[in-house]
Amino acid sequence: MKHLLLTAYTDILESLRARWFLIYSAIFGGIVVLLFLFGLTESRIMGFTGITRLMITYIQLSMAILPIFILITTVRSVAGDREAGVFEYLLSLPITLGSWFWGKMVGRFVVVFLPVFLALVGAIIWGMVNGADVPWKIFLYYSGLLFSLSWCFLGIGMLISTMARSADVAQGAAFIVWLALILFLDLILLGVMIRESISPDAVVAIALANPLQVFRTAAMLLFDAQLVLLGPSAYLILDNFGETGYLIWSLLYPVGIGTLSGWIGYRLFLRSDLP
Amino acid sequence: MIQFEQLTKRFKRHTVLDNIDLNIGVGDRVALIGSNGAGKTTLIRCLLGEYTFDGSVTVGGISPRDARREVLKHIGFVPQLPPPLRMPVGQLINFAASLCDSDPAQMEGVIERMGLDPARIRKQPFVKLSGGQKQKLLIGIALGRESDILIMDEPAANLDPEARHVFFSLLAEKQEHSAMIISSHRLDEVAALVNRVIEMDQGKVVLDDHVADDVDIDSNLHCRIELKRPEPAFNKAVGDWGFSSASDGTVWQGIVAGPDRLRFIGFISRYTALLKSISMDEESR
Repeated sequence: MKHLLLTAYTDILESLRARWFLIYSAIFGGIVVLLFLFGLTESRIMGFTGITRLMITYIQLSMAILPIFILITTVRSVAGDREAGVFEYLLSLPITLGSWFWGKMVGRFVVVFLPVFLALVGAIIWGMVNGADVPWKIFLYYSGLLFSLSWCFLGIGMLISTMARSADVAQGAAFIVWLALILFLDLILLGVMIRESISPDAVVAIALANPLQVFRTAAMLLFDAQLVLLGPSAYLILDNFGETGYLIWSLLYPVGIGTLSGWIGYRLFLRSDLP
Repeated sequence: MIQFEQLTKRFKRHTVLDNIDLNIGVGDRVALIGSNGAGKTTLIRCLLGEYTFDGSVTVGGISPRDARREVLKHIGFVPQLPPPLRMPVGQLINFAASLCDSDPAQMEGVIERMGLDPARIRKQPFVKLSGGQKQKLLIGIALGRESDILIMDEPAANLDPEARHVFFSLLAEKQEHSAMIISSHRLDEVAALVNRVIEMDQGKVVLDDHVADDVDIDSNLHCRIELKRPEPAFNKAVGDWGFSSASDGTVWQGIVAGPDRLRFIGFISRYTALLKSISMDEESR
């Protein structure tokens, strides 16, 4: 455990010095600042105003940016380190592969989750200072969702990094994975599949298996309990899960995907050439 | 101590190591030589447990792939190309010392002997150091811990003569109770350091020979060179060896580390026409 934490700590420090981290933090911090600057907390759409409105917008933007950002930065730095000879040297030191792999994943998780979370916390603090009502339930749940989504795509990123032998291949694969998930998020595509007589259950199952869709549906569920925005598939979701059940599912399922992907990546890492 | 048995490594259909059988014991100082692509680095990576392979590699009967920590805590490794680590020098030393259960002060002591001031470079990112500084630091980390196997890939390539001398002294301190594998493209770079030469070619061991071990690694040669006339190109080159001239540039004196004698003679041979006299007297320290 000592070596796992040491690896995580070292990875955090390495990331804090990297340019990608500055850009990453600036983007999420910048989003919150821009949402305030554009007076989003004052606007009223579908009855939502104040911090709630800001958080809903922030979570939607995060869903668009966070997965691809985590995927690309993870595969570039992990596969890039291997290509550059960092693994050759650091893995010649007496450390178990488990401590190395999971330490890297934990360290990387801290640096991808914290800026996103702190931007949300910053919004809450700003709202409190300005006397706005803080929707604590939504804040806690959205924090959990961001945690879950970050872990999910980090696990997928680590799996891709382990499988791809070069940073370029890893980056291409990460982009394809993200594109596939986006594609099956698209309600138009799902609509076309239903029109082509593919069983609606199968289509909804695909949507439910897509962590991005799970995240998106869960983000909606807090302010649209009947999932009116989602259309007919809402019946299936609410009938099978119920509101609370789906909220729990949407937290646990992406974490499960991330952990499973990480675990498969780790097993492959154990059996593969390291540098 | 180190045993390779029917070691074969393939990358897809390309066989990089072909049925290697080797046994390296305590006190062996091995020059692992061969041209690019001969399989030297792959062999080293198999020994470090970094590659999967067919056959077996054991250190003291233990596989480095299965029991990494147990095996690697005995191995000090200096790579040919320093890794592009952004972490500061101090953090790298602490990280390595912590993994190796070693005292960072001991590593810093060796780094200092190599001619680097650890306190001054402590906060500098490793990647920003010069090639020679990186090499000295990695040598300090490898030798400043309790390791009884040293694996070095072109370790002295970027070192100045003074640092080379210290490096040879450090190796001399370890030679009795450790095994060393020094990889190089050229035998003359490492010949005087070793007592065994293993040459590889296209993944096979083509030569495995014990060699005369008469050179004291820790010895010095006091050299005096007299030229027929001063020559600016020679002045610069011999200055890089740490020589100085008290006269008009025709008489030069300096110290050459024992294991560097072959390299030095190779250097001098380029200026044969200029030489009036040369003397090299060995003095064991």
